[in-house]
Amino acid sequence: MYRYDEFDHQFVKERTEQFRDQAARRLSGVMSEDEFRPLRLMNGLYLQLHAYMLRVAIPYGTLSSRQMRQLGMIADKYDKGYGHFTTRQNIQYNWIKLEDAGDILQALADVEMHAIQTSGNCIRNVTTDHWAGAAADEIADPRPVGELIRQWSSLHPEFSFLPRKFKIAITGAPHDRAAVKVHDIGLRMHRNGKGEAGWEVMVGGGQGRTPMIAVTVRDFLPEKELIPYLEAIMRVYNLYGRRDNKYKARIKILVHEIGAEKFRSEVEAEYARHPLQSTQVEERELQRISAYFATPKFEKLSRFAPAFEDAKRADAAFARWAKNNLAAHRQDGYAIVNISLKAPGEIPGDATGVQMRVMADLAERYSHDELRISHAQNVVLPHVRLNDVHAIWKKLSEHGLAAANYGLAGDIIACPGLDYCSLATARSIPIAQAISRRFADARREQDIGNIKINISGCINACGHHHVGHIGILGLDKAGEEYYQITLGGSSSENAAIGTILGPGFAYEDVPEVIEKIIDTYLRIRIAGEEFLTTYRRTGAKPFKEALYAAA
Amino acid sequence: MSEIEKGQVMTANRLRDGEVVFLTRAGIWSEKIDDAVLALEPQAKAALEARAAEDVKKTLVTGHYLFDAERINGRIRANHFRERVRTLGPSVRPDLGKQANGTAGGFAVFKD
Repeated sequence: MYRYDEFDHQFVKERTEQFRDQAARRLSGVMSEDEFRPLRLMNGLYLQLHAYMLRVAIPYGTLSSRQMRQLGMIADKYDKGYGHFTTRQNIQYNWIKLEDAGDILQALADVEMHAIQTSGNCIRNVTTDHWAGAAADEIADPRPVGELIRQWSSLHPEFSFLPRKFKIAITGAPHDRAAVKVHDIGLRMHRNGKGEAGWEVMVGGGQGRTPMIAVTVRDFLPEKELIPYLEAIMRVYNLYGRRDNKYKARIKILVHEIGAEKFRSEVEAEYARHPLQSTQVEERELQRISAYFATPKFEKLSRFAPAFEDAKRADAAFARWAKNNLAAHRQDGYAIVNISLKAPGEIPGDATGVQMRVMADLAERYSHDELRISHAQNVVLPHVRLNDVHAIWKKLSEHGLAAANYGLAGDIIACPGLDYCSLATARSIPIAQAISRRFADARREQDIGNIKINISGCINACGHHHVGHIGILGLDKAGEEYYQITLGGSSSENAAIGTILGPGFAYEDVPEVIEKIIDTYLRIRIAGEEFLTTYRRTGAKPFKEALYAAA
Repeated sequence: MSEIEKGQVMTANRLRDGEVVFLTRAGIWSEKIDDAVLALEPQAKAALEARAAEDVKKTLVTGHYLFDAERINGRIRANHFRERVRTLGPSVRPDLGKQANGTAGGFAVFKD
C-alpha cells in the first residue's frame, strides 16, 4: 500500500488546518455561505437533506485495516454509527456537523486519508478494479499508475477549475471491473506484439443525463508517456469544454460535438507541442511508487486446500457463499473474498462502525492488512488463504456480513436517493431493499444467476442505472415517485447503455415489474445463458410483451 | 371536515450542524414543522424572507427557502414529498432523524 511521504503529510496537514480555520470563520460569520461553499466542497463537505454529508476519498478503493478502523471510529463518534460506501469507491457520512468537520479531517489525516477533490470541478478520486493486484486474469496491478495520477492531479493548478468534474478509471485486466468505458477517461492496460505493457486511452464516456460510451483516442500508449498525454487531453478539454451550460460541460459532450476524429487530432496536436515535457514519468519514480504495491509475500500452497474443501462439504450455507463470493486469485491456494454489503432487505453499501472494525480485523489477520471497496458498494479482502476462508465466513456471519449473493440479483447498486440526497427526485434504497427481499430465496437467486440491477434516484445516475443489466431510474412525475426501466446496459469490456423499455411505473409496482422481467428471462433463456446474453439475443420484445401486453 | 389552509413555510438548515429547521411565528427556528408559521399572504411571506435573510447574516441558518404547505387540523403538511422527507428523516431509517427524536412532522412522507 502507498504510504504518505513527508510532502503528502505536510500537504494534508496544511489542508486540514486551512479547512478548520475556514469552518471557524464561517461559523463566526466572517465568511458568507457563498464564500464558504466552494471551500467546503473542495473538502468533500456537502449540505444534504438532513445534515451535512462528508465524502472521504479512498484512493483506487484501497484501504489498510488501520484506515478502515478509523472510518468506523468516525462513524461512531461523529455520525450515527454507520457510513455509506459509494459507487466511486469512497465513503460518505450522512449526519455530519459543520462544527465537527475539522476534527474529522484531522482524524482522517492521522491515518493518511482526506476528503480533497471528492467534489468540485476537478479531477476526482481515481477508481480501479477492486481486485487489483490479486485477480488471476490481471496483466499488472493498475494501482501504481492510479497513485501516479492521484499525485499528479492533486491540487493541479491548471486543472482545479475545469468546466465540470472529471473522473478517471483504470484497469490492468482484460475483464473490465472498473467500468472504464463510462468514465471521462478510461485506461486499459494491455500488451503489444512485442509483449510490452501499455495503455489504451479512452475518452468521453459517462453516465448522468447524457450517457455515452468512451471512444479510444490512443490504442497503445507507453506507460512513461501517460501523464503528459493525460495533460494534453485535459488541456484540450479545459480549452474547448463548455462553461456556459452545466449540462453540456462534461468532456463527453465535447467529444460528441466535435467528433472523435477531431478530438483525437486536437489531443495529438497538443501532445506534439510538448513531447518531452518535465511531467514525463521517470522510471525511477514509477519504481518508487510501484514498490509500495509490491505483491505480498505469499506462501507456496497447493491449489487444493483440504480444510476448505472439507468445510464446504460439511456446511451447505458456507459452500453456497464460497461459490458466489470467492474469486480466483493469481496465487495458488489463495482466494479473493468478496463481502456483500447487500444482505436481503439491507441498505446497499451501508456498514456500521462495528462491521467496519470486524472487516478491518479480518483483513489484518487474514488478508495482508488490505481491504478494497468496489464500485458496486461491496468490500473485498484481496489476499486470503483458502484454508482461512471458513473462519472468515464464520466471523462475517456473526455480524450480518455473510450474504451469499455477490454478483446475483440481490447485489444491487443503489445511490442514497431521496432518503438522503438533496438532488434526488425519488427514493432508490427502499426499491433495492424490496427487490433484494423478493429474490432472497437461495435456490431461486442461484438459478437466476449473474445479473446487475442498478438503481439511481435521479438523472445524475450515481446508481449507474444506465449500465445495469436492469436499470431503474427514479423520477418525480407530478409530485409522485415514478420509475423508468432500462434493459441491456453493461459496464464491462462489452459496455453498453441500457435502452428504455417503455412507460415507467409507480413506486409500489417496481418490485413486481422486476420480477416479471426476470421471470420472462427464465422462460426464454437458452440453458446456460445469463440475463444479459438472453436480452442481447432477443432484444426488448419479449420483456415488453410481458409488461405491457395487458395494457 | 376541518378547514385546510394553504400557504408557505420558511425552512433552512441550521448552520452549525445542518439540522432542518422551520421559522416560527415568534421568529425563532424550530426543528418541528408544526411549530412553523404558515404564511398565507404575500406580505407574510416577505416578512419570513426578510427574517430568514437576517438570520443567515447572523450565521444561525443557511440555505433558506419557502415551500408550499397546508395546515390540516392544526398540523402542517408539506405539499411535496421531498419536504416531507425533511420533516421526518430517511424513510429507510425510522430509528434516525426527527422521526426518532420527537421532532417529526405529523404526516407520513408518502402515504397519509
